[in-house]
Amino acid sequence: MPAKNIVGKKTRVLPGFHLTLGYTLLYLSLIVLIPLSAVVWKTTSLTWHEFWQVVTMPQALAAYRLSFGVSFLAALVNGIFGLIVAWVLVRYNFFGKRIVDALVDLPFALPTAVAGITLAYIYGPHGWIGGVLEPMGIKVANTRLGIFVALTFIGLPFIVRTVQPVIEDLDPELEEAAASMGATRWQTFWRVIFPVLSPALLTGFSLSFARALGEYGSVVFISSNIPMKTQILPLLIMSELDGFQIGKATALAVVMLVISFVLLLTINILQWWTSRHQQHN
Amino acid sequence: MSAIHLPSRQGNSRHSTTEPAWVRRSLIAIALLFIGAFLVVPLASVFAQAFAKGAGYYWQAITEPLAVASIKLTLLTAAVAVPLNCVFGVAAAWAIAKFEFRGKSLLLTAIDLPFSISPVISGLIYVLVFGGQGWLGLYRDADHPWFPWFQTWLNDHDIKIIYAVPGIILATIFVTFPFVARELIPLMQAQGRSEEEAARVLGASGWQTFWRVTLPNIKWGLLYGIILCNARAMGEFGAVSVVSGHIRGETNTIPLHVEVLYDGYDFAGAFAVASVLTFLALVTLAVKTWVEHKNAALNAATENS
Repeated sequence: MPAKNIVGKKTRVLPGFHLTLGYTLLYLSLIVLIPLSAVVWKTTSLTWHEFWQVVTMPQALAAYRLSFGVSFLAALVNGIFGLIVAWVLVRYNFFGKRIVDALVDLPFALPTAVAGITLAYIYGPHGWIGGVLEPMGIKVANTRLGIFVALTFIGLPFIVRTVQPVIEDLDPELEEAAASMGATRWQTFWRVIFPVLSPALLTGFSLSFARALGEYGSVVFISSNIPMKTQILPLLIMSELDGFQIGKATALAVVMLVISFVLLLTINILQWWTSRHQQHN
Repeated sequence: MSAIHLPSRQGNSRHSTTEPAWVRRSLIAIALLFIGAFLVVPLASVFAQAFAKGAGYYWQAITEPLAVASIKLTLLTAAVAVPLNCVFGVAAAWAIAKFEFRGKSLLLTAIDLPFSISPVISGLIYVLVFGGQGWLGLYRDADHPWFPWFQTWLNDHDIKIIYAVPGIILATIFVTFPFVARELIPLMQAQGRSEEEAARVLGASGWQTFWRVTLPNIKWGLLYGIILCNARAMGEFGAVSVVSGHIRGETNTIPLHVEVLYDGYDFAGAFAVASVLTFLALVTLAVKTWVEHKNAALNAATENS
């Protein structure tokens, strides 16, 4: 909570407002805003028709479908398992709990390239998991399933770390009241606990989804990157860049930026909703 | 990562309601299996593969000249990017947490932008500014350059930005931009400003107030922000890959070197170099856990006093 200005806005006791705000705006403009606006500048060098042709070419449409579909599935799976992990970490005691808690952040801390080669290797034909699955006829590396595995890996902490504090703050009296009024544990969970958790769960889902949409490093190794089949949107942009098709890459980047901004807006609204929910309880 | 705040560790001890034992055990088993398959197996596999050809091969892989060059470049990149973003983070947190002004939430969103942008686009925007067909690059030989002094200066000193070290550093600064600020802003907002105001009223100068009052209060959050910023700076792959140009021994950072080795089917070598980054990630997690522990102890102490 920002402290309310007791002294009044006219007299600032603390110094450095203009210096720090000025520096913040300057640095933000130089590093983020001006370079980002270059995307707009570059896009205006295309005609509307050219732009439309690039962003609706078959490869791009296939990439949107794949990116959205696999990111959605990965975020959904993370939503289910992330909720279980968060619940277990807050409510139960078991051996190695603190290590598991620390490990949850591994996908944040591990460089994406390392995650990428590791997942590609263990799910490959000679890897610990791929070596078991491939004889059973399940191919993971170089398929869409592999992309799903990579996106699930990087998205996990978002759900756990958004839901965990809300479970910690749950008022035990609510559950006690429900139990004393004769609700079964299952009813208490669905009718009392789950509605309180759902905004946080939705926020975590969106964060995980947004991260998965933009992911590059962990996917590039495990996916075979075949256009129309296993090429997600960031990889399509990368392949256009490698072919020095900067205009095309920029047009696709605009589509991605618009999606990112819409998601960012959604997440902000969800977080505002979550914090309001928490204040009410 | 932006929106995740450290969860406050205050588990409630009184459970008059809980699940039956078999449900508890199954849920713990599911959670451990999921964590095991998705996190522990990859982690163990990095080190297993790194030493697959023995310690001698491992040592050779991380000390050969190309590996050493990539390590040096990564250290240089982090050494520039982290302090710059650290100074920015402190300045931004001071302005946002200690003062009220219009457009604050817009500013907060703008600071978060690099987190919501794909790494590939983070690299692309610098190609669009400095690259051959870019904003500045286009006017290299034009009659009416937009930024004559800057472009002339770059040409005179033969400085390349894209496909060179400055581009790598810029892209890294971009992707690690919000880390320190995001840690400090909520922390300093929660601490309020009464302590600083008291110091000022008692006659301390602005700098004295910052060094003696604010900095001791935020040191753990600042340390955590720096650690996260550093981990991402050393590990960034996508954005750096776009602007690097992949010149071996010159513009390959550690993650790019790992890619080269992996694509060349030198798996033991790739995992050996990757294990260095994995070790860094584990240190980051350890520091995070330790800082959270410190903060929890600090909160408990202030609540009791």
